[in-house]
Order: sequence, then structure tokens, then C-alpha cells
Amino acid sequence: MSILIDEKTKVVVQGITGGEGTFHAQRMIEYGTRVVAGATPGKGGTTHLGVPVFNTVAEAVRAEGADAAAIFVPPFAAADAILEAADAGVRLVVCITEGIPTFDMIKVKPFLKERGAALIGPNTPGIISPGKSKIGIMPGHIHKRGTVGIISRSGTLTYEAVQQVSRQGLGQSTAVGIGGDPIVGLKFVELLELFREDPETEAVILIGEIGGTAEEEAAAYVAGEFPKPVVGFIAGQTAPPGRRMGHAGAIIAGGKGTAKEKMDALRAAGAHVAVSPAEIGDKLREALSGAS
Amino acid sequence: MKIHEYQAKEVLARYGVRIPRGETAETPEAARAVAGKLGSRVVLKAQIHAGGRGKGGGIKLAGTPEEAGRLAKDMIGMTLVTPQTGPEGRVVQRLLVEEALDIERELYLGIVIDRAREAPVLMASTEGGMEIEKVAAEKPEAIFKEHVHPATGLQSYQARSLAFRLGLAGETHKQAVKFILGLYRAFEGTDASLAEINPLLVTRQGDVLALDAKMNFDDNALYRHADILAMRDLAEESPLEVEASKYNLNYIKLDGNVGCMVNGAGLAMATMDIIKYAGGTPANFLDVGGGVTEEAVTNAFRILVSDPDVRGALINIFGGIVRCDMIAGGVVKAARELGTKIPVVIRLEGTNVERGKDILRGSGLAFQPADSMKEAAAKIVALVK
Repeated sequence: MSILIDEKTKVVVQGITGGEGTFHAQRMIEYGTRVVAGATPGKGGTTHLGVPVFNTVAEAVRAEGADAAAIFVPPFAAADAILEAADAGVRLVVCITEGIPTFDMIKVKPFLKERGAALIGPNTPGIISPGKSKIGIMPGHIHKRGTVGIISRSGTLTYEAVQQVSRQGLGQSTAVGIGGDPIVGLKFVELLELFREDPETEAVILIGEIGGTAEEEAAAYVAGEFPKPVVGFIAGQTAPPGRRMGHAGAIIAGGKGTAKEKMDALRAAGAHVAVSPAEIGDKLREALSGAS
Repeated sequence: MKIHEYQAKEVLARYGVRIPRGETAETPEAARAVAGKLGSRVVLKAQIHAGGRGKGGGIKLAGTPEEAGRLAKDMIGMTLVTPQTGPEGRVVQRLLVEEALDIERELYLGIVIDRAREAPVLMASTEGGMEIEKVAAEKPEAIFKEHVHPATGLQSYQARSLAFRLGLAGETHKQAVKFILGLYRAFEGTDASLAEINPLLVTRQGDVLALDAKMNFDDNALYRHADILAMRDLAEESPLEVEASKYNLNYIKLDGNVGCMVNGAGLAMATMDIIKYAGGTPANFLDVGGGVTEEAVTNAFRILVSDPDVRGALINIFGGIVRCDMIAGGVVKAARELGTKIPVVIRLEGTNVERGKDILRGSGLAFQPADSMKEAAAKIVALVK
């Protein structure tokens, strides 16, 4: 098992004919993802990377049965692309695009809820269930099928965690990047709920960072309702307040959203917190041995 | 992006938010002329991108145009140090000269995005002039909130409710409602991330005005607000940060001596953390982006080492899709061109990592390879000691 995506997931790639879309759709296909269609307005009826291209997502869903969408379009068009995918009836939308205005996302979220579509991202590397499917831009080859779930607000830091998991001789059930923006789709708690129900997942690594309160919400859930061992790491322990650290959402504002608050909350919830990013693998080992 | 108080007031005035009469002045003569034109007592306010100006002598009251000119002479060109500027302070280039008003009450009104609720939230408080964080900690019952539904926007009943809770009545209440609705229109209309009126003034005559105004904007939305983008004041930003922004590099100057260059914001923060953990202090945050190019690496390295505080550099790249040989090539090229003498520790991981290491070894330059983040941090911290 895995969460959200597996070998059966049929993907439509929005923006498949663009540079980014072409590059990453190709790699998704090579990885084994079932990319069944592309959607680019005005290019309907053509074929790209061996898959049919449609003018709209709705046509791709009707003709090819796509149930997930991957979005590789520029920031000014991305909110529209998310809404189009949700309206077309896909159950999962993965938006890779970085740089979407916050107000666009504020308007997108209630619509997703109404349509019953789940969103991953934006500003995310995407999601991978190793050996089954990947929707996103992460390097497939560093991942290995296994029993550890990963939820992260970061891209390359997740790859770091993946590598440390591998060095422990373990692999991942599913690794999800939730995105580095202030307003994102699925957050830690919703994903923990899915990992809780996934029999293949034995432990979860949470990789958070400064800004917002998503990690504190996760800690509250872990303390109350999550029975599997959890490892936590929070990036930005040395970040100065009031400065945006690369990610639009990584900012300590009004003294809130510090790494310390988040680490304390996770510790109090019983999570194994890695102080140094090099300790994530060791903490995982510790968490798993303590649980058995 | 941040703007000055006088610019924020210009933006607010466009949305019907009432502000005091006033103009900017860049010379003592101009300050004197503005004061003469206003024909009343005036307040001189230093225009820098930092709060707490009053404490550092950045806000002064003048009774006559002559006094305004004299005070302006001392203020323009001064290095203003406030609790928010850091010890180095900021040089005052410009004053806002405004009519002085008779203060009856000082209130607070602010709008931010509530990330947990995924909606804008208005916050009003009877404790004007105090930092809202301090009020929240000490007197939370003095803060009133209204969340805005994304589909409907702020409604009149919400503005009325806030104004009632602030204890306003009659004509003053009406003015406050208009003010609150205008402030929200400005917030949404400009894709702001913060709009803060502190204090929100009620005059002895019962009028409601923005005595101070602060607005920050969502960088991701600036593409659709050319007028706001034109308000960016590069003199308020660190020169290296301005240089980095030309190449779309995320660079933030910090106060340590270990320069770092990393791909990805989360890994960049984690690299800063591990440097600290190893006993060093990071000189900067620098994210070259997930899909980094050789050119970006070259520019990033140049900016990194041009910080005079940097005594050594740590490069941490988790390649993934990015090829390590390309990264290594960019760094070698930059180091050769610049004749870099400081120690550089490089940790490369991912595609073509062995070829990348060969390029570094074959360069004849004093690069120190490392196999893990932990080893890299320990090495660079030892080298800069």
C-alpha cells in the first residue's frame, strides 16, 4: 500500500507541452507513472511524449479516465489550472508551480473543498510512492520502496531525509512535499490521517520549517490520535525573525512560527525530534526500535 | 516587499482611507516650506523601513516652519538607530512632514493573512501605539478579530461590529467603518501581506485618521502591481541582497563568518542550522534554487565571497535532477575568475557525483570535499577558527 498514488493512478499533465512540463513528464513516464494525457489550451488533438494532448482537463478526464493532475504552468496561470482540474473531477491535484500569489490560493481552497479534490502544493516537489508512481520533480532513483512515510515542506531537504532512510536500510511507502507557501493544499494532519490508515507505513518523518502553525497542529494530532512512531525535524533554527527564508511561507512573523516552538510541540507530543538535520536517520532507527 | 510610511499612506488614500495632510521633504528648506503651507504645528517623521522611530529621535514636533527647518537639518542624513534597525542603523534620506493633530484616542487596526484559517483577518485593539504582539501576550481581551470570507470579502456588518467593539459611536463610528472598509479594499486590491495602522487616531474633533501606516506586499503578486513594485527602495536593502535578486537568487545577509550556498530553501536553512550545531555561525542564507544552472552557481559564489565577513564557504548541493558535474564546473569557474583564497568545503550528492568530485580534485584549487552535511559543517567550522 501507499497513500494517494500508486501504479493505478492515471495522470493528466497540465502544461505538458512547455519546457518544464515536457522535461518532468518525460521523467515521470520513465519512472513508470501512468501519464495518460496532457492538457494545453490550443494544442488539443496533438500527441506529445506519446500521449494525447487535450485542450481542457475535462476532455482528458472523459477520454482517458485521468484521476490525478500534475500542474506545470507559470504562476499567473496556476490558480486557474488548479480550479480547472478540480472542476473536471480529478481527485488529486499536484501543483509544482512556485510563486502563486497568496490571495489566489485563498480563493482556490474553498472551491477544492466544494469539489472534493485534494491538492498537493503549490511550490512542492510533488509526491512519490516508490516503485509505483511519482507525480512531481523529485529524482526517482534516490527513493526506495519501504515502510516509512515522509511529509515535508521542503524539496532537497526531503531528498536528504530519503537518503538517510536508505542508509538505515529502509525505504519509503510514500513521500509527500506539502509545499513551501503560506497557503497549501493537504497539510501534515490530513496526510498523517492517511498514513495512519496505510498498513504499509510503520513510521512517519515530518520535516517542517519556520513560519505558520502547521507543525503545531501536527503535534496536537500526533499526541492524540496517531499511533505510529514519528520523527520530526524543523529547519530554520538559526533563521532571523521577520525575514522570508526562500520559501514564501518560511518567516517568523510577530515572534510566532519559530523552530523552537515547533520542536517543543513535537517533543511534547512524543515525537523523536532531530536537532541536527544529520540525525534524521538515527532518530528514525531510535523511533522504530522504541516502538517494537 | 516593504514600502515607506509615506508610500503606504499614498496607497491608502487611493482607497479612500483618511490620512493627515502632509508632504515629503528631502531638504531642510523643503521641510520648512511644507510646514508653512500646512499652516499649523507639524510632525517631522524620518522615512526608513523600520519601526520604533520615535525612540531613536526619528519623530519630532515643530511649532513653526522655522523650527521645522532647523529640526529637519539635524534629521536628514542622520543615522537612525531603532530597536528594529540593528546597531548599524539606517541613514535618513527623506522626511514626511504632516499636520499635528489633537489626539483623543489611539487605537490599533491591522490586517494579515491567518495561515491556519486560510483567510485574511482584521485585528482591532483599543491599545493603540503598542506592538500588537505585546497586546496579544499581555491583554488579549483588548484585541478584536474578524475573519474575511474569500468569496464575499469584508462585509459592512463586520466593520460596524469592530468599530462598536472599539467603543466608537455616532459620527466617529461612521468614519471608522468607512476607514476599516477602505483599509481592507487596499489590502486585497494590492495583494498586501500586512496592512497596519498603529496608531489609528481619533482626534478631539471626533475624526478618524491613520497616524502611522505600514504595508508589506506579497512578492509573488508584484507582477500584477507595477505601481507598488515602483515603490521599492533599494537604498533600504543590503547591497548584496539587491545584487542577488538580479539573478533570482534568494540571499539573506546574516552576521556570522561561514558563507553558505545551497540548493533549496529548506536544505539551506538546515545547512545554517548544522553550521551552528558544529560551533560556527552562518554568514548568510543562500538558496540557488532547486533547478540550479551553472550560471546561477557562478553568480551565487561571487556574491557569497564578496561579503567581507566571510572567512570560509560551505557549498551543499543535493543534486537529484541537477547534475553534480555541472555544479562543480560552475564553482571551479567562479573560484578561478575571482582568485578565491578562502577555504571552501563542498558536499555534493546526487547525479554524477563522482564526476563532480573529479572536477573539484582536478582543478588544483583548495577545495575540501565532504561526504555528508555533518562532515562538511565540521570541516568548515574547523577551517575558519
